[in-house]
Amino acid sequence: MPDERIPFATHADQTVLGADEIILNMGPQHPSTHGVLRVKLRLDGEKVIGSECVIGYLHRGVEKIAEHRTYTQFAPYVDRMDYVAAVSNGLGYCEAVEKLLGAEAPPRARVIRTILTEMQRIASHLFWLGTHALDIGALTPLFYCLREREEILKIFEKYCGARLTTHAFRIGGLQYEAYDELEKDVERFCTPFDKRVDEYESLLTENRIWVGRTKGVGILTAKEAIDYGASGPVLRASGVKWDIRKAMPYAAYDQYKFEIPTGKNGDTYDRYIVRMEEMRQSRLICLQAIENIPAGPIMGKVGKVLKPPPGEVYHSIEAPKGELGYYIISDGTTQPYRVRIRPPSLINLEAFDKMIRGHLVADVVAIIGTLDIVLGEVDR
Amino acid sequence: MALDNDLVKRYKEKFGPAILESWTDRKQAILVVARELLGEIALYSRDDEKFDWLSDLTAVDWPKREKRFDIVLNMYSFEKNERLRLKAHATADERVPSVQGIWSTANWMEREVYDMFGVIFEGHPDLKRILLPDEWQGHPLRKDYDILTQDTAWVRENLGIESGQ
Repeated sequence: MPDERIPFATHADQTVLGADEIILNMGPQHPSTHGVLRVKLRLDGEKVIGSECVIGYLHRGVEKIAEHRTYTQFAPYVDRMDYVAAVSNGLGYCEAVEKLLGAEAPPRARVIRTILTEMQRIASHLFWLGTHALDIGALTPLFYCLREREEILKIFEKYCGARLTTHAFRIGGLQYEAYDELEKDVERFCTPFDKRVDEYESLLTENRIWVGRTKGVGILTAKEAIDYGASGPVLRASGVKWDIRKAMPYAAYDQYKFEIPTGKNGDTYDRYIVRMEEMRQSRLICLQAIENIPAGPIMGKVGKVLKPPPGEVYHSIEAPKGELGYYIISDGTTQPYRVRIRPPSLINLEAFDKMIRGHLVADVVAIIGTLDIVLGEVDR
Repeated sequence: MALDNDLVKRYKEKFGPAILESWTDRKQAILVVARELLGEIALYSRDDEKFDWLSDLTAVDWPKREKRFDIVLNMYSFEKNERLRLKAHATADERVPSVQGIWSTANWMEREVYDMFGVIFEGHPDLKRILLPDEWQGHPLRKDYDILTQDTAWVRENLGIESGQ
C-alpha cells in the first residue's frame, strides 16, 4: 500500500503500481464529468487512492484574447466561460472595468443587474441540482429543474434576446431598458418557487439512497477548504460563513435582506443543503428587488471610447460557483494590458484529489457533481 | 506614493528593506517585496496578519522592464474583511519561491503561471503545464508571443498552404 499522502502526480514513478492497483482513465468524453474533464484514478480494487485531473481541453485563451480587444469588445467573451451563468460573468467584468474607470452604474441599472444575477444563480443551481441528482441515479429532479430553469431563460430571452450567452450588461449600466412586464414575470416565477424547492427536497432530502450516496462523501473541513482556496457553496458547506455579497457588497445587494446558509460537515450532503437554501434566498432577493425598481437612466456617464487611466484593479463577485475575480491592468489605452480571471470552478476542482481519496469509484461522479464545475470556466 | 497605513508599517518594521515599494489603491494595500523573501512574507501574512485565504496568484509580463515579470498574490483575510496584494519582480531566468507549501491552492495557480509565462517556481512539487498540451512551444501570455505564429504554422503543416491571416 503506497503512502496515501503522496500526491498521485508527484509519485516518483507513476508506472510502478502495487500488485492490487490499477490506473483507470475517466473522460474526457464521459457523461458525468460535465464537459471535457479527464480524471486519472489510481485504484486499489474499488477504492481510489490517488487522482489527477487533466484539464485544458476547452482552453480558448480568453486572457490572451482580452489583450487584443477593446474593453467593450471583450465583454461578450466572458459569457463563454461559465456558460450556465453568463449573466454573473458579465456583471463581474462590467463592474471591474467600471471600478477601473471610476464610473458607476446608476441605481436603476444596479437593481436590474441584481435581479437578473439572482435569477441566474437560481438557474445555475437548478442545472447543478438536476445533473448532480442524475449522476447519482435520481432521474426525476432533472425534469423538474429544467422545467423551472426554462422559465428563467425565457425571462432572459425577453430581456435581451439571448438565453445562455446573454451579454446582458454593458460597461456603465445596461444596454436594454427592462421590458414592461419584467417585474411581473419575475414575480410569477418567484412566488411559487419556494414550493418548487420544497418539491425537489421531498424527492431527495430524506431519500435513503440520496442520503447514503452523499452523507460523509467528499468531506472538506473548514481549514482544508481555506487552504485549498475553495469559495462559494463549497466553502460555506464547510462552515465558513462568507459571502462576497455581504462581505463586500456590489450591485445593489446592500439594500436587501438575506441569509447566508452554511453547513457543518462539509460533505456532499451539506453542499446540497446549502445550495437548496441559497435558491430560496435568491428568490427572496428577487422579490424584494422588484418591489422597488428606481426610475432613472440605465447608463452611467462613460464615454463612447473607453480609456481607463493607467492602474490596476481586482474586483470579485459571488458567482453561483464561488468567487469570480477579475484582475485588470490598464496602460491607459483602449485595450486592457492584462486581464486575469480567477475562475471559481478551477480552484474548487483543485480540492477534488483531497476529497476523493479513500472513497469508491462511484463517489467520483458524486464529488465532481458536488463541486459544480463548468469546464468552460475551468479551462477558459 | 508612500503610505502610513498601520499594516504597511508593520510589514516595514518586520522586513525592512525587503519591502521595496508600497502604496494603496482603492483602500487596498499593495506591497512590492523582494523575490527571495516572498515565501517568508507570504507565511507571515497568513499566520500573523491573518490573510489566510489566497484568492489568486498570477503574473504580468512587462517586457521592457529589466525584471520583466510581476508575480502577483491577491490575499484575503476573513477576520479583517480586507484584501492585500503582494508583488515580486523576476527576470525570465530567476526562480521564484513557491508558496505551494503555504496554501495548497497555489499548486495549480503556479502551474498556470508556469504554463502561460514560463516562470519557474522553486520548491513546487510538480511544475508542469496545466492548460496547454505538454508538447506546446512557448508561453502564450508573454507579450512577445505572437498569436498568429501558432496558427500559420498549423495551417502550413496540416493544409500545406500559406495562411491568409
